[in-house]
Amino acid sequence: MPLLEVERVSKAFGGVRAVSDVSVSLEEGELLGIMGPNGSGKTTLFNCIAGALSPDEGRIRLDGHDITGLSPHRICALGIARTFQLVRPFGGLAALDNVLVGRLFGRRRHDGGAHVEAERLLALVGLEGRAAVPAAQLTLIDRKRLDLARALATGPRLLLLDEFLAGLNPAETETAMALIRRLLAGGTTILMIEHIVWALADLSRRLVVLSAGEKIAEGPPAAVAADPAVVDVYLGTPRAGRGRA
Amino acid sequence: MTVLAQQLVLGLLIGSLYGLAAAGLSLVFGVLKVLNVAHGELIMLGGYGAFWAVALLGMDPFAALALVVPAALVLGAVLFLGLFGFVMRADEETRIKNSLLIGFGLALALHALAVQLWTADERSIPTPYGGAVITVAGLSLPVVRLLTLALAFALIGALHLLLAHWRWGQAIRAAAEDWQAALLTGIDVRRAYLLAFAMGTALAGAAGTLVTIGYSISPSIGLEWTLKALIVVVLAGLGSMLGTFTGGLALGVAEAVSAAAFGGPYREVVGLVIFVVVLLVRPRGLFGR
Repeated sequence: MPLLEVERVSKAFGGVRAVSDVSVSLEEGELLGIMGPNGSGKTTLFNCIAGALSPDEGRIRLDGHDITGLSPHRICALGIARTFQLVRPFGGLAALDNVLVGRLFGRRRHDGGAHVEAERLLALVGLEGRAAVPAAQLTLIDRKRLDLARALATGPRLLLLDEFLAGLNPAETETAMALIRRLLAGGTTILMIEHIVWALADLSRRLVVLSAGEKIAEGPPAAVAADPAVVDVYLGTPRAGRGRA
Repeated sequence: MTVLAQQLVLGLLIGSLYGLAAAGLSLVFGVLKVLNVAHGELIMLGGYGAFWAVALLGMDPFAALALVVPAALVLGAVLFLGLFGFVMRADEETRIKNSLLIGFGLALALHALAVQLWTADERSIPTPYGGAVITVAGLSLPVVRLLTLALAFALIGALHLLLAHWRWGQAIRAAAEDWQAALLTGIDVRRAYLLAFAMGTALAGAAGTLVTIGYSISPSIGLEWTLKALIVVVLAGLGSMLGTFTGGLALGVAEAVSAAAFGGPYREVVGLVIFVVVLLVRPRGLFGR
């Protein structure tokens, strides 16, 4: 049984169908990449899975249990955590407290050793020594790391990464990718939205491409990259009379 | 010189109550983004609660805190569930507007209720040690007011520790920073709001008790205390309870100075001047983030 099943989910805002009849499934331990142009519905889909939005149609199941429309804190307690495209740590709280909150309210809820665990997670993402710094004073990459540590602290079975690599320089991107590989090796299941196609192709064995709210392709990175529909979305259709005879 | 010093000390003593009154308002405003303009009426209610505890049950005035604070905690929870909880679904701008309407309505209702129950007369709680005064370096320090300052400081300190170390204290701070991220971190944000509002009301109850002991109350003191609290919140900024307490002390001292310099009536003016100047010069307040 797949860990996550998204079955024919749709979500509209007014007349705009942001996500339209999208199905995705994800096996335990897998990393599935989601790509697509801006406005193609990737983040809306994430919001539906994490519970920030309730889908208009379709079901979402985690490990066979229907979680469609549950409150985000319930879904988090069941084992789905996310990071944000625009990082959102609790700015006024120290880095350690950010992680501690996730630890105290997430899925693995036992207070004993929460501090030790929070410190371990800070070290895992490379923030050791910054525990006492208010999150708002960290650099972008460090805030991303903190966002990730906070998400991990909730003890997720499924981690949603929303453009985790955006805005990082090449060296930072390598560091972040190594971190993601380490999580994957540790057994975390990951669903990630990413614009950096080479990184996504490198990390995942399977990609899903969204365009205008619909799933237009799914498969191994090489096959997806060669798919005419994907090429069309990213590069545009050659105009009649110019590109083609 | 001694007269001025005496005024300053008395300003500091009343200022501790301004700080305590503001702490509850600041907690609710900072966490729920809701301005509870009935906060002063909750203080007034706490004062009468203490008055009853002393008059009907024969309790020691300071021991009345042990009764008033839990009762106010429950009242706060009821007010949140019955009134303020409903505006929390709206976006922040609508929240503020609707909470103002609810707050003004509640203030009027509580004022009328207090007139019915306790008449419009001023009340104060006489204590057996009421007249006791300690004299230090020519300054007389009323024992009762010294005790109210110590208790106000202890309550603020306790609140500070709760917010810093209690599991739900962390949740309240997280919800204040970013309620959506808090939800996605597994926090039941509505429950955090409920707790923050109940704690804010409990602080109002404690402030009311101390006001009744050291000073006096009547059903119409609500607006005055809401204003004082609001001035302190603006002066101190959101995010630090110890900062709010300091802001309260500062307002008390500023009032004493202006009364000494320009005469009694100007005591009330200085707070409003501070209010405007801080908003112009440093809108996030002295200690605000």
